[in-house]
Parts: sequence; structure tokens; C-alpha cells
Amino acid sequence: MVMLPQVEHELHKRRRSRNIGLLVVLLGFVALVFGLSVVKITQGDMMQGYDHRPRASMLPADPNPPARNSAPVAAPGTPAAEQGGAAEAGQ
Amino acid sequence: MADINAYEGPAEAGFGDYVALLKPRVMSLVVFTAFVGLWIAPQPVNPFVAFCAVLFIALGGGASGALNMWYDADIDAVMKRTAGRPVPSGRVAPDEALAVGIALSGLSVMMLGLAANWFAAGFLAFTIFFYAVVYTIWLKRSTPQNIVIGGAAGAFPPMIGWACATGGIGLEPLLMFALIFFWTPPHFWALALFMKEDYSKAGVPMLTVTHGRKVTRRHIFAYTLVLAPFAIWLGLTSVGGPLYMAVSVVLNALFIAGGWRILRRSEEQAQADGYKVEKRYFRLSLYYTFLHFLALLIQHWVGGW
Repeated sequence: MVMLPQVEHELHKRRRSRNIGLLVVLLGFVALVFGLSVVKITQGDMMQGYDHRPRASMLPADPNPPARNSAPVAAPGTPAAEQGGAAEAGQ
Repeated sequence: MADINAYEGPAEAGFGDYVALLKPRVMSLVVFTAFVGLWIAPQPVNPFVAFCAVLFIALGGGASGALNMWYDADIDAVMKRTAGRPVPSGRVAPDEALAVGIALSGLSVMMLGLAANWFAAGFLAFTIFFYAVVYTIWLKRSTPQNIVIGGAAGAFPPMIGWACATGGIGLEPLLMFALIFFWTPPHFWALALFMKEDYSKAGVPMLTVTHGRKVTRRHIFAYTLVLAPFAIWLGLTSVGGPLYMAVSVVLNALFIAGGWRILRRSEEQAQADGYKVEKRYFRLSLYYTFLHFLALLIQHWVGGW
């Protein structure tokens, strides 16, 4: 293989400062966006977005949540229902 | 080997010429006032987010500087102070300055929206529009009050900084706006008195040219008087305190005294001593804003009223 002598064109010399400057700016921008991402994520800002299906965790908190049922009703035909029914019948 | 030189024209732009397009000296004022506005706001901001926000506000300011240099290249070429700028000297093509200005405007507004909030980003977009279009394109060449309008653009950064932290505006940022807004005209007119730029040749209606130096001296004193109450009022708000108040009272007394001395002088007197009073007043005006905002920063650190 023939090695060609590396001749640096005068154009490249002239533009070196611009190219190095742009490289530094772009690397800095990448670092900035990365840093911003890290800060935003660790701050716990909204991390879930709409995902085409409803999710309870995405809903705003209900200001008047329904009261918790203190006496759950058992499904008919289950042992619990028969027990409960017997207890009621015995009263 | 044939060496191809594209043209034997002016030197090709280096990286520094693109930095010069962004008017780094104006940017330093923007950085400082925006940072103070952001830092003394009642809502704390993560330091890295604050750093990014100030950087993007400064970049937006730089973008409007590039748009200004694109549009004003014809004026800049005529005046001695500005003839060496990248566009009139031929190192950066006008189209390139326009492209840099538009690209950086878009980038800075989008990034400020992502880093801080969209209210602040919209505010930054408005400021760029105000400086590049309302000031540079519409009013700079048509009214001797151009400095006053340009001053408004320079007065927005602390409000944007405050908006980054709070998502809105309040009395304090409005007073910080007033502080820079009413400070700018006497600051620039004092410079115009002793720099004697050839504004008339450039077609810019400077107050010194359109209404004469005597009227300019009156305007300087009048603006100094209007400025003082706003500076003191800022000291009575939630961001003020004894330290700020002391600094502000001393600086405003000095500023009014300087304005009074400028008012009382005739042009002959000024020429006789080489505009000594005007130059001293100009130097004082530089300290005036810097020390006011520094006092706000320290006052926030030690606690206010």
C-alpha cells in the first residue's frame, strides 16, 4: 500500500480555531443536557406520561374518596356468605 | 500542486469572531442581573438548573446581539467604534450573522423552557423580539429616544431570572426592571457627550445630535431624578434590607450630584477639561448598577428586613 504524505491544506489550518471551538461548545451542550436530565429526574418531577391506557396512578387524587366498607358483603354461594347468612338467621 | 485559495479577501472568521457576534460585554451585564433576579426570588432553585437558566438567558441576549449586528452592519461600518465588528469588517457574512442569531434564539428559548418553565421562555422570546425588531429594526433609526427603548430590552433579564424561579412576576422584578430602565439613558447619553460618535453620518438620531448637548444634559439630570425613587422603593420590598438601603442612598446621592454637575456645565467648560465630569459620571454609572445588584445579592444572603 502506498502511503500518501499527510499534507495539511492551508484551509484546515485557517479553520482550526472554529472547529475546535465548535467541538468544545457541542461537548459542553451534551454535558449540560445530561446534567439537566439528572437533576430533573432526581428531583422527582413527573416521570410518567400518557401511555394509551388509563392508569389509576396517573389520575389526580380524588378530593372525596368513597368511605371504606367496614362490613364487606360476601359473594353468594361462598362459605363466608353461608356463615354470614347463618349468623344473620340465628339472630 | 495547485493551491486553491478561495479568495484574497478579508481574513476568515475565527471562533472568536462568532463569540464577538454575541456581544460578550453586554452579555456580562445580562448574566449578572439575570442571576441576581433568579437567586433572590422567594422560590429556591437547584444550583445546576439556575446555572443553565442564566446561561440560556445570556445566550438569548447574545442571539439578539447577533441579529442587531446583522441589521446594523451598515451603521457599524460608518462609525469608528464599531467598524471592527465581525460583519462590517467582512470576516462574517451578514447572512451568517442572521443564521447564528435565529438559530441561537430558538435554541435558547427552547432550552430555557425545558430547564426552567415556559413562562420564562416566552419572556425571553419577547425580549429577543423587542431588542432585535422593536428596537433595532423599528425605532433605533427613527427616534432620538432610541436609547430609552433599547434600555427596556436590557432591563428584562432580572425579570426573566425571577420568572425562572417563581413562574411569574411581582413587584420586586418590576422595580429591578425600572432600576435598569431609567439608568440606561443617562449612562449612554453621558457616553455620547464625550465620545462624539458620528451618529449623524450613520443616520442614527442620537439625542446629542437631534436636540443638542444642552438638552442632553437636561435629560441626563431628569432621568437621574426619576431613577432614584425606584431604587429606594426596591429597598422597601421583600428583597431589600438595611445594607441595600445604605448602598442605594449613597449611590443615588452621588448619581444625582453627578447629574447636577453635568447639567450646570456648558460645552466650553466640558471641552476645556476634556469632559472630566462626564467621564467620571459614566464610570460612576457602571458602578451604580453593579453595586445595586451586588447589594441585593448580599442582602439576600444575610437576610432582609
